[in-house]
Amino acid sequence: MNKIVKKEFFSENVVRLVIEAPRIAKARKAGHFVIIKCGETGERIPLTIAAADKDKGTIDLVIQRVGVTSRKITELEEGDYITDLVGPLGQATHVEKVGTVLACGGGVGVAPLLPIVEAMKMAGNRVVTILAARSKDLIILEDQMRQFSDELIIMTDDGSYGQKGLVTDGMESVIKNEKVDLSVVIGPAVMMKYASMVTKKYDIPTMASLNTIMVDGTGMCGACRVTVGGKVKFVCVDGPEFDAHQVDFDEMLLRLSGYKDIEKEAENKYISNKCKSR
Amino acid sequence: MSVNPDYLKEEREQEWRVVLRSQKKNKERTDLVRVHMTEVDPKIRVQSNIEVNQGLSEDDAVNEAQRCLDCPNPTCITGCPVEINIPKFIKNIERREFLEAAKVLKQTSTLPAVCGRVCPQEKQCEAQCFYTLKLKKEPVAIGYLERFAADYEQKSGKMAVPEVAPAKGIKIAIIGSGPAGLTFAGEMCKRGYDVWVFEALHEIGGVLKYGIPEFRLPNSIVDVEIDILKKMGVHFETNFVVGKTATIDDLKDEGFKGFFVGSGAGLPRFMNIPGENYIGILSSNEYLTRINLMDAANPNTDTPIISGKNVAVIGGGNTAMDSVRTAKRLGAERAMIIYRRSIEEMPARVEEIKHAQEEGIEFINLANPLEYYADEKGRVKQMKVQRMELGEPDSSGRRRPVPVEGSEYLIDVDTVVVSVGVSPNPLIPSSLPDLKMTRWQTIEVDDDKLQSSIPYIFAGGDIVRGGATVILAMGDGRKAAASMDNYIQNISK
Repeated sequence: MNKIVKKEFFSENVVRLVIEAPRIAKARKAGHFVIIKCGETGERIPLTIAAADKDKGTIDLVIQRVGVTSRKITELEEGDYITDLVGPLGQATHVEKVGTVLACGGGVGVAPLLPIVEAMKMAGNRVVTILAARSKDLIILEDQMRQFSDELIIMTDDGSYGQKGLVTDGMESVIKNEKVDLSVVIGPAVMMKYASMVTKKYDIPTMASLNTIMVDGTGMCGACRVTVGGKVKFVCVDGPEFDAHQVDFDEMLLRLSGYKDIEKEAENKYISNKCKSR
Repeated sequence: MSVNPDYLKEEREQEWRVVLRSQKKNKERTDLVRVHMTEVDPKIRVQSNIEVNQGLSEDDAVNEAQRCLDCPNPTCITGCPVEINIPKFIKNIERREFLEAAKVLKQTSTLPAVCGRVCPQEKQCEAQCFYTLKLKKEPVAIGYLERFAADYEQKSGKMAVPEVAPAKGIKIAIIGSGPAGLTFAGEMCKRGYDVWVFEALHEIGGVLKYGIPEFRLPNSIVDVEIDILKKMGVHFETNFVVGKTATIDDLKDEGFKGFFVGSGAGLPRFMNIPGENYIGILSSNEYLTRINLMDAANPNTDTPIISGKNVAVIGGGNTAMDSVRTAKRLGAERAMIIYRRSIEEMPARVEEIKHAQEEGIEFINLANPLEYYADEKGRVKQMKVQRMELGEPDSSGRRRPVPVEGSEYLIDVDTVVVSVGVSPNPLIPSSLPDLKMTRWQTIEVDDDKLQSSIPYIFAGGDIVRGGATVILAMGDGRKAAASMDNYIQNISK
């Protein structure tokens, strides 16, 4: 059981939770994730660690409401407990000084990008960060990102904040202006697919952090398997970061849709039950 | 480690045993017919998770116990990886001292109610029974009797908590709470160590919980055994991945003196054939974990499961049987085993195959999947299989399956469960660069001591064996406990 010490809304559907987890706070590195389960009948889902405070023994998770499980988690309040939390899992990000790093975060994918941007900056890189979202209210962690970025670009689909356009538009303009040595892209699978197509065009090494379906998160079930460079890899133990140019994103998108209908139905049922009980 | 013959003889010469033997002639005993296990009707049992084997009545158990000749040289014990004093517990059943019988079991076995259900007795104790070896008759039903005594004790509410030696104040860590880890925990606790079990999942029990289905081993049975360990003083830490949450070195700094790795054979193998990543194709580990650990088939839980009408399970082991029988219970109209050899070569227990056949499982033997096909949404809809025939025996002694050219055909499927084996979990080894591994990526240990290349680390179960049984894992736990105890006593001298 892990206590929630702070809860903050980034937007209507995006919540930041600060959770007591001293061992995880101490052991985690950029790129690591946790598996979280809420309630005795809850589902196990993976969430990348957005930040940690070793001294206070806490970790930050940023959660977007997209289904029953994320709703249940985001409905918890300060002082409540998470039933089960395990981590840090996965391979940590490989961080070294390469020159200029172009970090691109889409939607809630900005949260797992934050510790990587921080680590890349600390390693002595010039970091150019692009935050992209549909509209202004979905842009998160801007101040924290600015702190570790030499340059910060904001892209919104509707132009309500920053520049109007997709993440890929922002990437093109950066790449045209300066030499980029490494790119990191984290966000929805479809965003990572198109973002990595841009860097492939310019031959820029790129890594993506994959957010597949998982059950145990320790290599036991294989639900998270993806094809990378023609080989089957498990995101939980081999990843979550891979060479984005080798990832079969189409297959990943397909596999992510495996439970979509069931999940939608479960979410609708959950919402209507909640309304009835009010 | 072997059972002391003098001790066995002394026990056998106890007055009550002598009297019991004299009450019936051996001829009368050997004329008795082996008891039958009551099983729930297949048509009824496939509609729920009810346990298939219903256990023996008291009278049935006593009658069966009378078949045992209480041999002067009890060969059955040599077939038991944890060396239960088999004649002693059976004779206690014969004289209706059922709680005494359970006590005998627990002297050497941490999980008797589990073993009584899932051990392959036909290959172990019962294969070494006098009836099997010399009389060519059906062996004494040792497994059924074990289960009877253990269940009797569980139901009696008078569970004996094994005696624990005075506390030594030495902390021992166990990685993984499956059969190897639990056995090791019990054995070390009895010796007076301060025992901590670290489990990656949110539940204690390992494969006994996530793997073996309710209809073969109810979780409640496992929980009773775990409760006893808690009462003995074993500490359990769930949601703790050693190597990640804390490393072995961290734990050493926190005062742990010895480590036992029983982390199991975690990684599921796939066949690497085209289309294997389509939706609806999953490993048996994922399928069974969703159902058994996450209770996904229960509409009141959040974990989803897709289990279709035409389910093919690839493989012929116990896990394949567990998966296909689970599919049937989840409403499959066609639940199929696809196995590349013939039924004679199947590694699954005879009883599991028999139960599966009774439940209407279709066995498509001598067939091997080549490719999967999906609909426009990426969901598997068909598989191509190739007929096989048996050639010369291979290194396993089983006849090698050889493809029959031009024999490919299609089978309609909407769920495929791949159950072709597992590889050892790399989590622990990858956090310990100095730990010596075999070329199969299992932990290399000394055969007798189960000690690894790092002297304070011992290991057992599937992380050493690659993929074996519950009872062999338990045997390892017991053996490793004895040698770690020796090791610690030596270094503290």
